[in-house]
Amino acid sequence: MATVKEMRVRIGSVKSTQKITKALQMVAAAKLRRAQQATEAARPYAQRMSAIISNLAAGVSGPSAPLLLAGTGSDKRHLVIVATADRGLAGAFNGAIIRAARQKIAALIAEGKDVKILTIGRKSRDGLRRQFGNRFVESYEVGLKSPNLALVQPIARYVLDQYTGGQFDVVTLIYSRFKSVVTQIPTVKQLIPAEVEKADGAGPAPFYDYEPDEDTILQALLPQNISVQLLSALLENQAGFFASQMAAMDNATRNAGDLINALTIQMNRTRQAKITTELIEIIAGAAAV
Amino acid sequence: MADKILFELVSPEKLLLSKAVDMVTVPGTEGYMGVMAGHSPLVSTLRAGMIDMKDEGVDTRFFIRGGFAEINPGKVTVLAEEAIPMSEMDLAILDQRIADAQEDEIAAKTDADRARAAQMVDDLKLVRAAF
Repeated sequence: MATVKEMRVRIGSVKSTQKITKALQMVAAAKLRRAQQATEAARPYAQRMSAIISNLAAGVSGPSAPLLLAGTGSDKRHLVIVATADRGLAGAFNGAIIRAARQKIAALIAEGKDVKILTIGRKSRDGLRRQFGNRFVESYEVGLKSPNLALVQPIARYVLDQYTGGQFDVVTLIYSRFKSVVTQIPTVKQLIPAEVEKADGAGPAPFYDYEPDEDTILQALLPQNISVQLLSALLENQAGFFASQMAAMDNATRNAGDLINALTIQMNRTRQAKITTELIEIIAGAAAV
Repeated sequence: MADKILFELVSPEKLLLSKAVDMVTVPGTEGYMGVMAGHSPLVSTLRAGMIDMKDEGVDTRFFIRGGFAEINPGKVTVLAEEAIPMSEMDLAILDQRIADAQEDEIAAKTDADRARAAQMVDDLKLVRAAF
């Protein structure tokens, strides 16, 4: 049986843990708000860009279409980009992405594809290294700053260089879609060849003139689209990460509170038992005289 | 006054502006073009330069570093790689961009990349001269 003093020390330590989780929770809540704003602010660009691309794509199907849109005609060699956060303490956030990545990679390998992996974020690198380390081609970190175009451009450049160099046929991105503060969905998305949304039934697309010409525009647009897709994935990841961290830390704070209550009751009982024992001893001693 | 045209300026980080205006001048790859309501549908790449927006006699200018413009009779959408309102611009930012572009030109691996970076340097220098 632990002594009262030991229990008091234990309660103290749980209390300081609780202070830390509480602080982390509040920091995550504040950062979540900013990350959410950034995610929403970045959305119009991505939407309009994919609208332009689907307009253009409708006009340039066939053998003359650029590689990024039409693909290489094979689907043997895959590059899987796995994006997580750098840090943990966020519940199942990173784990869920890594699990989705493992499934996807295993499925591709089972189909006999040649799979390479590019990781963004320290957790995806650590989480996949043991099983698939020999398939890594490159690892990037997200860093402390909020994701911006300058962060994703080197990654996009690397992917494009490899793709145009004929290293891969299909590039897939795995990240966590930020659906709401309580739901983040690990999502598998094909980056190259570009997935073009079918034009919705809003009537025929207007007939555009192109300046300089369709090919030049597509060749400028499609690489930029890769950067933008990566950026929006990282922004969604970031918002999801903070949301998940906030929930995890809220839970941890509550658990610490429960533990403190239980320990306090136990401590009081022990102290009471000790006092009672002492009293009985004194009374027994007095009665014996 | 003629009809207005909805002008949207979007950078990857945010939507800078969405407003009905009288006329927008955008720096197309093949020359500046003024766009008013009723323009025929057009998609164009943009070079680094100034966007000039005229509304009710008021001029507002933005610096953009390349991008795309989608023009419809009732709407202009500019997807800029980077957009800065003129009021927040200064020579230091511009010089930084020029230095970056020059580095890109030196680091470029293919001829196409090098030509693009060189074009960027020239365009930026033009902007600087006009500044």
